[in-house]
Amino acid sequence: MTTTSNAVAPTRIPPIATTDSKFFWDAADREEFVGQQCGDCAQFSFPPRPMCPHCHSLNRKEVQLSGRGTLHAWVIPRHPAPYGFAEAPIVAVIALEEGIRFVSNVVGVAIADLKPDMPVEVCFEATMKDHKVPVFRPAGARA
Amino acid sequence: MSRSFKEAAIAGIGATEFSKASGRSELQLAAECAKAACDDAGVNPQDIDGMITFTIDNNDEVNLARCLGVKDLAFTTRIPGGGAAAAATIYQAMALVNAGLCKNVLIWRAMNERSQYRFGQNQSTSGGYTAAAANGTGSLLWCVPYGAMTPASWAGLSAHRYMQKYGASNADFGRVTVQQRAYAAKNPKAWFFEKPITLEEHQASKWIMEPVLRLLDCCQESDGGVAILVTSLARARDLKQPPVHILGATQSIPYNVEVITNYYHDDLTIMPEAHGTAKRLYAQTGIKPSEIQAAMIYDAFTPQVLMQLEGFGFCKLGEGKDFVASGGIALDGALPINTHGGLLGEAYIHGINSMAEGVRQVRGTSVNQVKKVQNVLVTSGMAGAILSRD
Repeated sequence: MTTTSNAVAPTRIPPIATTDSKFFWDAADREEFVGQQCGDCAQFSFPPRPMCPHCHSLNRKEVQLSGRGTLHAWVIPRHPAPYGFAEAPIVAVIALEEGIRFVSNVVGVAIADLKPDMPVEVCFEATMKDHKVPVFRPAGARA
Repeated sequence: MSRSFKEAAIAGIGATEFSKASGRSELQLAAECAKAACDDAGVNPQDIDGMITFTIDNNDEVNLARCLGVKDLAFTTRIPGGGAAAAATIYQAMALVNAGLCKNVLIWRAMNERSQYRFGQNQSTSGGYTAAAANGTGSLLWCVPYGAMTPASWAGLSAHRYMQKYGASNADFGRVTVQQRAYAAKNPKAWFFEKPITLEEHQASKWIMEPVLRLLDCCQESDGGVAILVTSLARARDLKQPPVHILGATQSIPYNVEVITNYYHDDLTIMPEAHGTAKRLYAQTGIKPSEIQAAMIYDAFTPQVLMQLEGFGFCKLGEGKDFVASGGIALDGALPINTHGGLLGEAYIHGINSMAEGVRQVRGTSVNQVKKVQNVLVTSGMAGAILSRD
């Protein structure tokens, strides 16, 4: 995994870390893409939550996710221009291999080349205040 | 002892004008529309004993009760979920009356949502998200760092899978707007009175969320207030207006469904909350879709109108676009919808103005009156009610 940053100071707004999501964003700062898995029944949950909805365990495990998924849906926000983006981003729902979905950006691909269910893989982009967020690029592409 | 739970009725509706700059406080809008609803019913505002609004309404119950001179308030409650609360207010008012806890329940929603603040602008900069706030707003915090900062971005993204699966185009969505603007064009209360549009004009409007939403797929931002007075059917029969019977009302929030940032349930090509509301509402009332003559369907954004038409069983999955294209939602169609112009054409009073249009259709006083109305569906996605002639 590599960071697709450049010399320009990042303008993307930083993530908002809540008590139950802090582990996710802390990992992203280390360029790790993690998820919440139940320590008892092994089911994945997203968004993260304090209790497993399947077995009601409070035993949460933070596990590395594969970072692989498919492009489930996308939009290009044209108006109002989203704050912090020089060019309109591709906002996407990614269906992850682990059976959960994640809203992110797709980078390194032209809008015209987006295809439903195309395979994508995680990479990271910098935000203001020295944080990073997981984004996705076409699988096998080099950033 | 079994109970019928069919004892509540809407006795009054009231509204301010709908504008882009009301020039007065939100509390004044609330007081004016509440007074108007009481006057419509012939009930003294001082006799209100229950009050219901949305969690995000800025007006305090006590401040509003003070304006109205409410003598003794017996019950107050608020409903979460933004516009999803609209029909749920009727559900809870019905429950209060059926339970015998209140006699005169006031529902209101009043806001300066254009002149004072704007839901449609980027939510990252208008006051800023805090962790505490984000805990109470679904999954917005998982979207904002990615440039999905507006209701249109969240709703547009949640509709894209539907477009892919069924081949629905933005023009298919546009036909909803064209029909609703035709209704608004005949409604003197509507912001877009005498301003119909063509599909070509819709297709020429700028992209908001490409390739899902253009400007004319998005509801307005509006200032205004709307109130509804709910009482018992028996009392309503003695009041000024013909009673509008709340035949049934319900809510449905299926697992992993949330308002607008709704990407985590099993199948993004349906709105499970609409299917759930429909199932429970039809079971509760014994009414079938074919027995409903008009519907007010939450139309903050056009794709969700098609998905709700399907969820409530007015057409099959994926056939919402065909239903609309064949004239199904026109005044002479199988199911006229949003005959006041909806949130697209009349005003965005967070869906409560659509509840009021449902009342007018049952009374027979809509400017776009449907013939021979017995039952009207009013829905805001996660909740719905069937309003009927007494």
